[in-house]
Amino acid sequence: MSTELLIAVIITLIGASTPILIAALGELVVEKSGVLNLGVEGMMLIGAVVAFAVTFATGNHWLAILCAAIAGSASSMIFAFLTLTLSANQVATGLALTIFGTGFSALFGQAYTGKPIELFRSVFPAELATHPVWRLVFGHSPLVYFSLIMVVAVWFFLKKTRTGLILRAVGENDLSAHSIGYSVVLTRYAAVAFGGAMAGIAGSCFPLLLTPQWAERLTAGRGWIALALVVFAAWRPFRLLAGAYLFGLVMTIELYTKASGSTGFLPSEFWAALPYIATIVVLVLISLRRSGQSAAPACLGKPFMPAQ
Amino acid sequence: MENTRPNRLELIGITKQFPGVLANDNVSFAVKPGEIHALLGENGAGKSTLVKMIYGIMQPNAGEIRWNGETVVVPNPKAARKLGIGMVFQHFSLFEALTVLENIALGMDAKIPARELEARIRDVMRTYGLLLDPHRTVATLSVGERQRIEIVRALLLNPKLLIMDEPTSVLTPQEVEQLFTVLRQLASEGCSILYISHKLHEIKALCDTATILRGGKKVDTCDPRIETSRSMAEKMIGSGLKDIVKPEGRRFGDAKLVVDTLSTRKSGHFDVPVDRVSFTVRAGEILGIAGVAGNGQNALLDALSGEIHGDDRNAITIDGRGIGHLDTTERRKQGLCAVPEERNGHAAVGDFSLAENSVLTARDRLGMVMLGLINSGAAKTYTGKVIADFAVKALGPGSTAGSLSGGNLQKYIMGREILQKPSVLVVSQPTWGVDAGAAAAIHQALVDLAAAGSAIVVISQDLDELRALCDTLAVINMGRLSAARPVKDISIEEIGLLMGGVHGGEERDAVPA
Repeated sequence: MSTELLIAVIITLIGASTPILIAALGELVVEKSGVLNLGVEGMMLIGAVVAFAVTFATGNHWLAILCAAIAGSASSMIFAFLTLTLSANQVATGLALTIFGTGFSALFGQAYTGKPIELFRSVFPAELATHPVWRLVFGHSPLVYFSLIMVVAVWFFLKKTRTGLILRAVGENDLSAHSIGYSVVLTRYAAVAFGGAMAGIAGSCFPLLLTPQWAERLTAGRGWIALALVVFAAWRPFRLLAGAYLFGLVMTIELYTKASGSTGFLPSEFWAALPYIATIVVLVLISLRRSGQSAAPACLGKPFMPAQ
Repeated sequence: MENTRPNRLELIGITKQFPGVLANDNVSFAVKPGEIHALLGENGAGKSTLVKMIYGIMQPNAGEIRWNGETVVVPNPKAARKLGIGMVFQHFSLFEALTVLENIALGMDAKIPARELEARIRDVMRTYGLLLDPHRTVATLSVGERQRIEIVRALLLNPKLLIMDEPTSVLTPQEVEQLFTVLRQLASEGCSILYISHKLHEIKALCDTATILRGGKKVDTCDPRIETSRSMAEKMIGSGLKDIVKPEGRRFGDAKLVVDTLSTRKSGHFDVPVDRVSFTVRAGEILGIAGVAGNGQNALLDALSGEIHGDDRNAITIDGRGIGHLDTTERRKQGLCAVPEERNGHAAVGDFSLAENSVLTARDRLGMVMLGLINSGAAKTYTGKVIADFAVKALGPGSTAGSLSGGNLQKYIMGREILQKPSVLVVSQPTWGVDAGAAAAIHQALVDLAAAGSAIVVISQDLDELRALCDTLAVINMGRLSAARPVKDISIEEIGLLMGGVHGGEERDAVPA
């Protein structure tokens, strides 16, 4: 394999991983606060269609990402109101949000089907990325750098800041956090809003980074992989990064084997199934190592019901 | 001199109304600086509600709270802490997955850098002899250590009033002694302590003043050092305290429960297995098993109840029938019922109704299941009887177990097992967290069950309870059981030595007299 090809693979891998990583980081913060929002896929689709529409209309990628974040966040507020204020079941509401997002994006995306936009490419001067190796550093879309910065930011926020500590406390034991005097509901609203914004941005990656043409269900189920990744990563941001890139690698291998037509000594179906096989293998490995106590936030998915 | 200083805390005519219940009715009392003031009352007397209003968790409907002589409104716990009120809850508000340091940081209102906070924590720990590693995860700590976190958290704020809500209900006797040392030191430094409890001997040992509540009303404020335990208990329950009535000239029948060199394997991290335990309980006899917590009591209970069972059917026999290989359900059919120590989550399912909880343990003995279908009428009737006979404060058989207070749940669980009339009953901590009146009722029910010919094993840390209740007594230490001896022949000193692991040579293997 030539260096050129290797670098091309790595750049594809990073691109494919980025939306999963961004969405999963958002969901990680949401789940750390004790809320399980299964609506990631739906919020990503909303973010995707909004980003596409804004780019199509204005050509401004930054504005597109901002609008996608706002749209994702706004849609997550429907979920937050139902589950946090009205104490609706989180699993059912999250699924409903995904169905809503799928329908919303299909409806508003109809007008754009088949229309092209411009990809959001590197903002660095092209001269910096002439050498293949430098392309690894400067050749990415700003969305990629954003995702990497957010890994560190989320880790720092959860581990080193007081607000992060409160958020973890709320997810660990909501009643205790409440009795100490922290607002469980407000904290969770904020976490869900952040998760929604991240899912919206993750959705914007699809038209801006991967396929600059609108198609229905553009996100192709990546929101679900993001949800699974949070569990794989045991709710740790850096493991999330490793996990997302591992998935990116598997997806890239599949792409390249398909494109080159050479599937090695294995049938092509094997490569297509690889992401799912990897999922199962990783799950088994994790459960083997962590016998007994789970890393999941103790209050994950449970409605907050303070005593009178 | 004392009178010229304003009271640290004064409550005047505090009233709190809940839907259907008047939790506090015109309660007034005062706490002086440096005073250890007991708040005494039965379960449901309104102690917890009262302190929740002092700590700002709830607001009174009427009355005023005075702090250092000035009328204050405490809108939330943050405001309470700002005034200098600290509180250690009965159920710890701790976060298991977080470290000690993180837990304490969460309880602090001021933003203190982690390093400085750690230094202050270490300082407080050193001053009061509360040893803990700030970087340990709470999930790995014992109950006593967890309480220390709560105390350190409260002390970091330099409180002028520390509220302790039933602090000793989960502690070993040694831990209780350590706690009292800390509290006395605090009081000598001028910090007032409001100590909620229903353990009269503790209050006599620790407190300067006691305010007694009953049914939401203040009954009396007295000096516990002058009062007797009995007089305070009577004020608490509002009538003469009943002694345990043991029928005169009781004779024990034949050996009913025989345990022969029973051992268990070590399983958990904190678990002490039982090691070659042998004893015999005759029909009509109550055997007490004393010991410091964590010496194999849990393993013994599990081995007797059938939660742990081995292959040797003759390790445990009832009336000569080997049951050592049977599980809990089969043992219940054979007449052996058991009450584990942990009420919510082990003895009862918190999210289930009381009637459903009755089905879980009484279904076979009382025919509540026919052809796989639950006879909910029978379950409700039986649960209603338990509620009535054991004065359980619950809305009815449909209330969830988790909605009951600890003491009431304990009454329900004890009643549920006793009314099944088991031929052998094994109970752990029968009156744990239960007030004096209810404890007396539970004791009497156990004695009556024994008088009807059942064999009873009581595992408890409360020596007073064991000495009043039991006919014979054995001591468990590091999983080994001493020989059982008649209660009247064994002195407190001897029990203490046995609890500390000093055994009398080969005597341990002797058959109980």
